[in-house]
Parts: sequence; structure tokens; C-alpha cells
Amino acid sequence: MGTDHSAVWVIAEQIDCHIQSVSLQLIGQARKLADQLQTSVEVILLGDNIEQQARQLIAAGADRIYLGNAPELEVYQPELYTEIVVKLAAEHQPEIILIGSTDMGRELAPLVAARLKTGLTAHCIDFVLDKELILEQRIPAYGGMLSIVCPEKRPQMATAAKGVFPTPEPDDSRTGETMMIDIPAHLPGRIKTLEIIREEPQGVPLETAATIVAGGAGAGDNDGWNDISELAETLNAALGSTRPAVDEGWAELETMIGQSGKMVSPEVYIGVGLSGEQQHMVGIVGARVMIAVNNDAKSPIFEQVDYGVVDDCREFIPELIKKIKAYQEKQLTC
Amino acid sequence: MLNIVVCVKAVPDPKEACNIKIDPDTKTLLRCDVPLVLNALDKNAMEAALQLKTQFEAHISVLSMGPPEAGNIVKECLALGADQGFLLSDPAFGGADAFATAFTLAKGIEKIGSFDVVFCGMASSDGSTEWVGPEIATFLDLPVVTLVKEIVDCDGATWKVKASVENGYRLMQVELPAVFTVTREVNTPRTLSFSGIIKARKKEIEQWGINELGVTRETVGLKGSPTIVSELNAQEENKRQAEMISGTRDEKADVLVQKLVDAGVL
Ligand SMILES: Cc1cc2nc3c(=O)[nH]c(=O)nc-3n(C[C@H](O)[C@H](O)[C@H](O)COP(=O)(O)OP(=O)(O)OC[C@H]3O[C@@H](n4cnc5c(N)ncnc54)[C@H](O)[C@@H]3O)c2cc1C
Ligand SMILES: Nc1ncnc2c1ncn2[C@@H]1O[C@H](COP(=O)(O)O)[C@@H](O)[C@H]1O
Repeated sequence: MGTDHSAVWVIAEQIDCHIQSVSLQLIGQARKLADQLQTSVEVILLGDNIEQQARQLIAAGADRIYLGNAPELEVYQPELYTEIVVKLAAEHQPEIILIGSTDMGRELAPLVAARLKTGLTAHCIDFVLDKELILEQRIPAYGGMLSIVCPEKRPQMATAAKGVFPTPEPDDSRTGETMMIDIPAHLPGRIKTLEIIREEPQGVPLETAATIVAGGAGAGDNDGWNDISELAETLNAALGSTRPAVDEGWAELETMIGQSGKMVSPEVYIGVGLSGEQQHMVGIVGARVMIAVNNDAKSPIFEQVDYGVVDDCREFIPELIKKIKAYQEKQLTC
Repeated sequence: MLNIVVCVKAVPDPKEACNIKIDPDTKTLLRCDVPLVLNALDKNAMEAALQLKTQFEAHISVLSMGPPEAGNIVKECLALGADQGFLLSDPAFGGADAFATAFTLAKGIEKIGSFDVVFCGMASSDGSTEWVGPEIATFLDLPVVTLVKEIVDCDGATWKVKASVENGYRLMQVELPAVFTVTREVNTPRTLSFSGIIKARKKEIEQWGINELGVTRETVGLKGSPTIVSELNAQEENKRQAEMISGTRDEKADVLVQKLVDAGVL
């Protein structure tokens, strides 16, 4: 097993003591990279009453856990979390740090990277080591795939969203060590998380939905969007969106699918009034059946689906809903 | 007096952004023929500042780093009601990643001098890293709250804001001076007024380069960027052979219902 130097790190995240799946998925990636670099996987976990959770991280592939376990760490506190990670990283000099693109990770990652004076790549969908063992951080853009590297500064830091990588099978026979970390005492105390309020998510969650109806700019306005939303409801599907639909204010940011949004893996995906831009399409992994409705027969979306309907969605979707409802009623009566 | 700095970015018009290509030599983006517009979320950042100005005595400085054409979006913000405009423009600033961008903007904010609040958008439509706000805060050694969706209490030097977290929000207490990045939910941006445009004519935009900021070439732009684009590969796309469903609208809907039944959705 490797030394302190040049390990691959993951900053794990827990919510109410539950390890977030993206943390496990990144440990899986870290394991792959660490094996090639012949080094170890080390994970930072901060929270309160979380000693038991270290096992889960080791079973996922970690060799060493830096565990911060204290009441003041129960929820994310920007100054404290940043200070702990920066101090540990300065001491142990990891080669790579991976962080989940969660709401916490997207704030913590740049705070840590800027303090360490190193680079940070957002929303990666693949990690590959090049010939010099430098981390190529892949993101889709501009009709292709960009590789971003951080050739000189260390650590190399990157974020990736939940669902981009598979969750590793837990291996309970794996062993690893847990090191308790000190909580820094003197902090400026300029910022404080007073409380975190979470509600039960409404509707079908995108990440686990078997069917997804996603709408795009082609919806045209609120009415057009409501039709797409109703289609999702009628099919008991989750509602997804593209960036323009969010920008227009029709859809919630949480519903955006793609590189900088959610990664989904439905059985069936139905895309309405969207053009099939890569940054959206990379968010859909392994759908068995893909369907598109678009009024432009030449739209690139039709090269990425199994069934296509060329029509104005503002006319077609209400018609389709009527037919679906009629079918559903027929099923009920016989 | 509340001194506010709003960071605004000129981004390629998202409606035409698909025309942007990569320069194979410099490996930065060639965005020549796509017009630059004010980044959508930065309108919310501007609006947050303008709303404070209706409540308190406040001075709003807008700050942008970009090519000379980015002066237009600074002008636009002046017309919206900002008091002073600053454009950081220098060939040496080109090709900056989020780190070098934030470093340069932080230098600009230091040179502006007095500031209690720095507003950024949550993300830019082209870079879209979300890193610039928190990295500016780090360079200025200030606290930051990202993804702010509501300013709950802004009376005095300690603010309370709600920021977005998965399925909910976090309530944050922050001492000024501080940096905030805002989401679309924080407000509804106003549109330009004719009188604003007239008033903005008299307002000057200061333009600063590396000399004015007192920074070396090595610390800004491509040279000051820890990350670089190493490669652009053509995408192995998820091509599928689509069966196009044709006929009248009625027939197409019927066929699609059948496809949904076959796929197990119905
Ligand atoms: C760094 C970066 C990250 C990004 N991340 C994401 C991301 O995570 N998710 C995301 O979605 N986007 C993302 N984007 C934006 C992405 O590049 C595209 O701009 C976006 O996905 C396009 O959305 P759209 O298909 O809805 O809109 P458009 O590309 O404008 O397509 C609209 C489609 O609707 C069709 N249409 C119009 N009217 C009708 C009608 N009446 N009936 C039927 N069809 C109609 C048109 O033919 C067209 O094909 C990102 C961009 C960048 C630069
Ligand atoms: N070149 C720039 N000039 C001014 N502000 C910027 C610039 N780049 C980014 N920002 C600010 O940082 C926010 C987030 O951008 P990004 O990190 O690129 O997603 C934007 O909404 C702006 O407020």
C-alpha cells in the first residue's frame, strides 16, 4: 500500500449520517486511479456520530479514512470544513482530490482549490491517466470531448456529479485504517450555517425514475411547458429539463439533466422540444428506449433516439395526453 | 454607505453558442462571430444590488473582465442603475481559467477599494464552473455563500441569507464584507428603461490592464491558469437509428401510445 505522498483523495459527504452515493462512486474512480498510480485511496469524512460510516467507505475501496467526528461538524460549515481539508492536504500532499458536484461540493471544492493555489475542473464525466500519469479530466463541450489537465500544480482537483460513475460493490473483506483528525480551534467565525431545512422531494425523483419526460426550449412558453409537465404526470414519469427551460423559468434547476445538472438512467426517455445537444444528452445513461418529439425533421436529436415524431409539441403533446388517458381508462374498465 | 461590487461576464449569446469552435493551436475558444451578451444570472446579481440601493444608501460598481467589446455589457449595467463601471481588459488576460479569472477580478475589486458586498451570478453560461465567486472570496479572504436564493435579513453588518441545498435550503449567517453568488430564484431582474440609457451616457467606464492592476503576466490569463485544455476529441456519439413515426397528428399519437405500451411505460 502506498505512502502518504501522492495518494488519491475523495472528500466524502454525509447527510444525516448517510454517506452520499456520489462519494462512493468517486471512491470507485479513485480506486481505479490509485491502482494505476500504485498509491492509496484516502477519504476525508466530516460529521457527527459517523464513526460507523468509515467501514462503508473502506468497503467501497478506501485505504485510509481521515475522520472528523464532532458536533460542530454535523452539517457543512464553510470555514471549518475548508480549513480542515486545506490543512490535511497541505500536510499529506495528495496527488488528486475528487469531490462530488453536490451543493456542498460545488462550494467547498473552489474554496479548497483556491487556498491550495491549484486548478479545479467542474462536472467531469471521465477520468483517465495519460502517459505521464497526469489526470485527464474529461468534459463534453463544443461538439466534442475536452480533456482538461492541471500539468504542474498539485493536487489535481475535479468534481463529478452523482450517477456519472457506477457505485462500487461493497467488499466487506477490505481493510483500512481510520485516523481521527483534530478540529481547528481558532477560526474567524465570519460565517455560520444556522440550519438546513430539507423537504420531501415532490413527484417522481429523476435519478431513480424508470421513465423520464424531458422538455426543452421548444416548449415555447409556460403553457407549452405545462403540457410537457402534464405528460410526465400522466405517464407517472419524472420531469426533466434542458438549460434553456430552466433559464426561461419554466423548470426548476433541480430538474435539469446533463453535464452541469443531473445524471439519469431511465428505462425510457422522452425528449420534447429539445435539440439533443451533447451537454444535455451526456446526462442520460443507458436508456433502453429513447423517443423524441421535435418540429424540425433535421434536428440532431433524431440521430440519438429510437423513435421520432416530427410535430409541433404544443399541438402534439395535448393530443398525445388525450390518447394516453383514453388508453388508461380502457385498461381500467376491462 | 453600502459599497457593492457586481461581477458581470460577457458571454457568447446562448442562442448562437453552438457556432463556437475551439482554436486548435491555443486550445482556447474562438468566439469571434458570436455576439457577446450579459450572462443571464448576472442580471440577477445586478438586480440584487439595485434592490439594496432602494433600501439603503448604496454605491454600485460593476466589474467585468473580458475583451474590449465586453464594455457593452458594463454599459448595460450602468443603464440598469449601476454608479460606476470597470472593465479589466488586456491581451494578457486572455485564456484565463476560473482561478486566473478570479485572481484578476479580485485584484480589480481591491483596486476599486471599498466594498462591503460582492455579488456574482451562480454560474456563467459558457464557463459554467461556478468557481469564480468562491475563488474571488478566497483571494480577498472573505466569507462566501454560493447559490443564494433569498436575502432574508440585510440590516446591518451581519446578514442572513437562504442558499439552495438539495431538496431545501440552508440558512446562513454572514458578516460583511462578503461575497454572494445568486441563483435565478433570488429576484426577477428589471429590464432596461429609456431614462436609464440616457443617464448611462454620462457615466464613464474605467479600463484597467496589467499595469493598472499591478500584476505580472505570469499570474493572469493563460499563463496564470493552473488548468489547460489538453485535447479536443470528436465525440463518439450515442448514435441510434430512429424509426420516424409518420402520418396525421392523430395517427402519430396512436402509434406513439402503442410504442409506449410496448416499452412497458403503459
Ligand atoms: C459548460 C456548459 C454546460 C452545460 N450544461 C448543460 C446541462 O447540464 N444540461 C443542459 O440541458 N444543457 C446544458 N448546457 C446547454 C446546452 O449546450 C444546450 O444549450 C441546451 O441543452 C439546449 O437546450 P434545448 O435543446 O432545450 O434548446 P435548443 O438547442 O434551442 O433546442 C430547441 C429545440 O426545440 C425544437 N422546437 C422549437 N419549437 C418547437 C415546437 N413548437 N415543437 C417541437 N419542437 C420545437 C427546435 O427544433 C430545437 O431542436 C450547457 C452548456 C455549457 C456551455
Ligand atoms: N470574466 C468575468 N468577469 C466578471 N465576472 C465574471 C467573469 N467570469 C465569471 N464571473 C462571475 O462569476 C460568476 C460565475 O461564473 P463561472 O465560475 O464562470 O460559472 C458569473 O456569474 C460572474 O458573476
